[in-house]
Amino acid sequence: MTRLAPSAINGRTEKGSLFADLDGVRRRHAAILAPNWRGRALTAVIAAALAGLFLWGLVVLEFSWLRIWNGLDQLGSFVKLMWPPQYGTEEKLRSYLWAMAETLSIAFLGTLLAAIIALPLSLVAARNVMTSRMIQFLARRSFDTIRGVDTLIWALIWINVVGLGPFAGILAIMTSDLAVFGKLFSEAIENADNKPVEGVKSTGGTHAHAVRYGIMPQVTPVLISQVLYFFESNTRSATIIGIVGAGGIGLHLAEQIRILEWQHVAFLVLLILAAVAIIDVISTRLRFAIIGKRAT
Amino acid sequence: MEGSLLRPSMVTISTERVAMHQAHYRATQRAKRAQTLLGFVVLVLLVVVAARVGEVDLGKLSRNIWRFPAYIVEIMPTLRWRSFGADLVEWYWGLGYWLRKLGETLLIAYVGTILGLAGGFSICFLAARNVTPAAWVLFVTRRYLEFCRTVPELVFALIFVIAFGLGPVPGVLAIAIHTTGALGKQFYEVIENIDMNPIDGVKATGATWIETMRFAALPQVVSIFASYALLRFEINVRGAAIMGFVGAGGIGQDLLEAVRKFYYSDVSAMLLLIVATVMIIDMATERLRHYLIGLEQRS
Repeated sequence: MTRLAPSAINGRTEKGSLFADLDGVRRRHAAILAPNWRGRALTAVIAAALAGLFLWGLVVLEFSWLRIWNGLDQLGSFVKLMWPPQYGTEEKLRSYLWAMAETLSIAFLGTLLAAIIALPLSLVAARNVMTSRMIQFLARRSFDTIRGVDTLIWALIWINVVGLGPFAGILAIMTSDLAVFGKLFSEAIENADNKPVEGVKSTGGTHAHAVRYGIMPQVTPVLISQVLYFFESNTRSATIIGIVGAGGIGLHLAEQIRILEWQHVAFLVLLILAAVAIIDVISTRLRFAIIGKRAT
Repeated sequence: MEGSLLRPSMVTISTERVAMHQAHYRATQRAKRAQTLLGFVVLVLLVVVAARVGEVDLGKLSRNIWRFPAYIVEIMPTLRWRSFGADLVEWYWGLGYWLRKLGETLLIAYVGTILGLAGGFSICFLAARNVTPAAWVLFVTRRYLEFCRTVPELVFALIFVIAFGLGPVPGVLAIAIHTTGALGKQFYEVIENIDMNPIDGVKATGATWIETMRFAALPQVVSIFASYALLRFEINVRGAAIMGFVGAGGIGQDLLEAVRKFYYSDVSAMLLLIVATVMIIDMATERLRHYLIGLEQRS
């Protein structure tokens, strides 16, 4: 503050300066310019608590400078060994590409099935469609429960049903996305404008008519856009689902990391990055085509 | 329909004009249907190809689908009304250990979120188009953030487990890197939407870039940042729960072991603990976020 305060020079004010009457300004706006000690103290206490928990966490989780230093050293040597990325034999390349195709299939079918099943369920969970509060509440809570269990855990459960392989992955993505879509769809439906519904009802339409012709046309583009967005993020989830044996490129990736074939690891990571980027571009294009430029 | 029921002035619409409009309507409708049909055919083709690649076997599914409810039933504990207390104790025989592991999971998520928050926060001002110091800085930081969030955190965890050894340390670092990428992106998108007038104002006083960010940009975004960080913490709790699958700490390792070794009632006990914890954190962060958004709107 000293830099800005010519008033420190007692009595002698600079002519025409913005700060000529700084003392006067301070006097007149004391309430605004007074430091907010309570607010500052609160901020300091919260920051100290967060930092304390953080430091305690570092100790409990066995962080140490030595460990970090050695780890970074190792990591550095891994990165050096990754260059140049390689896939080894032609045969290996073919199996990697096939696994990538499996990953994309898992993401695509998992997302699609989840969306198809979630649509009727989301109608049940939407306040303006489902007239029974009880059923609506139950639907919401079951979505929350399913969402609380991670995709990888669903994959483990589905492996018990259909065995190892990508089919279990499809079902796992389907199950966990079902709940996410159910929640998102029902929120979109609840946010729909009520005027078309009243319009349909005023012509003598039933509740079912109102939902079909009053609500669905409004929300369909939003729902499709959400599904496309999730297709992209599911491509990412589908890359790791192979770690537990549910198909896709994750199995190869985990294996190559375990046997320390760093050039192959680098190749697989680049393959994943490229695939996700391509899916990202396609789904963004499709979203724009379906919902028009206005909504991003 | 038309004519007699409507106002007299509209009776003058000739039948030819009506026919013309109807023809136009049908043509538009037909074109739209053709487009929908084409999209549908493409979709079906993709589904067929993906089903082949994904080894979808509906026969196997229908033959074995009973195992799904059977599994759910199997992991359910035996709770009898007469010996409810004892059964409950038997079900949660490892409660102390599991709670410790759950605490570790939460701590992994917390420390990872704080580290990622620090990373994302320190980079986001450089990666925002409207306040970045130079174009090349923008390019480099954006590519870095993209890399951080596109590589799945479990892949980082797999690599870090080998570099840093088994335990929570690689889990924390994997979550931190992913959080840096995710929060960094959300943060710079927020900054790109701020009001630029305060920036110009502070700059006009001769402030440096850092001072400008501190006094003109930060006050506009800090509560939104906090809200995003809370949301990310909730996501990271879910992520930390499965870090143990690759040996990176938390309750995941015990869960995986219980599933693999068919310790059925343990699976349900741990799953229930995880789901309950995630739900509680979900609700708590949501309430906090609404409070923060309220602050934002009041100011």
